[in-house]
Amino acid sequence: MANRWTNDLSGRDVTPEHIYMNRRTLLAGLAASAALPGMARGQSLPEPNSWDDITSYNNYYEFGTGKGDPARNAHRLTVSPWTVRIDGLVDKPGDYAFDDIMKNMTIEERIYRFRCVEAWSMVVPWNGFELADLLDMVGVQGAAKYVAFETVARPEEMPGLRSRVLDWPYVEGLRLDEAMHPLTIMATGIYGRDIPKQNGAPLRLVVPWKYGYKSIKSIVRITLTDKEPPTSWNKSQPSEYGFYSNVNPTVDHPRWSQASERRIGGGLFSSRIDTLMFNGYEQEVASLYKDMDLVKYH
Amino acid sequence: MVDRINTSVRRVPSWLIYLATVAYTVWLFYLGMTGGLGAEPINALERELGITALQLVTVGLAVTPLRKHFRINLIKHRRAIGVSAFFVVLVHLLVWLFLDVQTLDRIWADILKRPYITIGMTGFVLMLPLAVTSNNLSVRKLGLVWRKLHKLTYAVAILGAVHYVMVAKGFQIVPLVYLAVIAGLLLLRLRLPVLRTRQA
Repeated sequence: MANRWTNDLSGRDVTPEHIYMNRRTLLAGLAASAALPGMARGQSLPEPNSWDDITSYNNYYEFGTGKGDPARNAHRLTVSPWTVRIDGLVDKPGDYAFDDIMKNMTIEERIYRFRCVEAWSMVVPWNGFELADLLDMVGVQGAAKYVAFETVARPEEMPGLRSRVLDWPYVEGLRLDEAMHPLTIMATGIYGRDIPKQNGAPLRLVVPWKYGYKSIKSIVRITLTDKEPPTSWNKSQPSEYGFYSNVNPTVDHPRWSQASERRIGGGLFSSRIDTLMFNGYEQEVASLYKDMDLVKYH
Repeated sequence: MVDRINTSVRRVPSWLIYLATVAYTVWLFYLGMTGGLGAEPINALERELGITALQLVTVGLAVTPLRKHFRINLIKHRRAIGVSAFFVVLVHLLVWLFLDVQTLDRIWADILKRPYITIGMTGFVLMLPLAVTSNNLSVRKLGLVWRKLHKLTYAVAILGAVHYVMVAKGFQIVPLVYLAVIAGLLLLRLRLPVLRTRQA
């Protein structure tokens, strides 16, 4: 069921050249040729963030709470070999080697907005496969209603595990229909390269209409259950972080507003932009939550 | 040892503290404009300035206990430390107002609705009378009132530390350490029987 979604964010294909083309030089070039007809279009369709932005500004508390800590410390993580245990209400439970999973999956590029609960955002050109394809591969049983995920926790490779900022290992969860949605992917790359360790190598979840912390990194376990699974931030602060965590500009975080966000990469004098309902994917996902109180189920 | 420290402290002119504070601020902005503060320089500036301000406030609070318990005398620089702290808090606030939030309705909504911003703003407002009266004329004219007024520093320090604790996500140690150190420095000022015997 690959290719169920077509990118809407960039008019052009993201080629590896972008990696070497710094966003600022790109903008400077655009400014220098302001007469170009492509200019207006370039503004309405945001360019993906630069490789440097995406790989240097990360939240991955297992490597430290500073935004630069993951890029500094994640090199210690061993990502090959990598095994994902898939269990619970599935027909073919077992330990699946990363390489074997990849052989059966279709990798596509998905350029998504990424909105952190801290009110900053990026545009990321992910490479990955639809989570639905992986779940179909293992056979989801009829009684399954939720999918639980778990991040690797190796104290010897992840210095952040020493402080109990959260209850390790990091866990997340989705309702089954959210997990099967065409927008939900398992990312294994960025800009056509292997996904860097600070971004959740070798495979991570990406759910673009939810706050970033739902998109759990470096997954070692996927469990199909019939009950809503516990999720790390919800366990830590239930009033601030709900199970659903859909991007919603009308439901504020108790400590800050979610109505606007700062798009990373604009420098010191950039303005905030309005946050979009479901992070701009309202058309695609709103039906999943019809008749639900989005304040109560935040 | 203590005498040597006190002699060298006396030799440092206070204007060096003001100069260092301004130079540090200019340097941070330079870093922010040239990519030295990472992909999100506005938030990085806010954090850097906020933490520096809290450190200056903490040093300012330490002046009296250091003299009382260790005979280390920094009193000559206390004003420079305090005024520098105010300057850094002011820049921190200006960055938040003009680079971060930017629009008036958002600013107002944040001050009223977000407890950590309400607390931060209260701390800043309490610093205003302290900054205004940080000159010899005010000290002379106000006399005992000046000494009472400047006890507001205690409230400012606690508000600043609580503001920092409240911004953190998850259970983070560093902001709590600041709060504990500041609380400790304030406890040293209470005339507790335990402390009195140690002095004697």
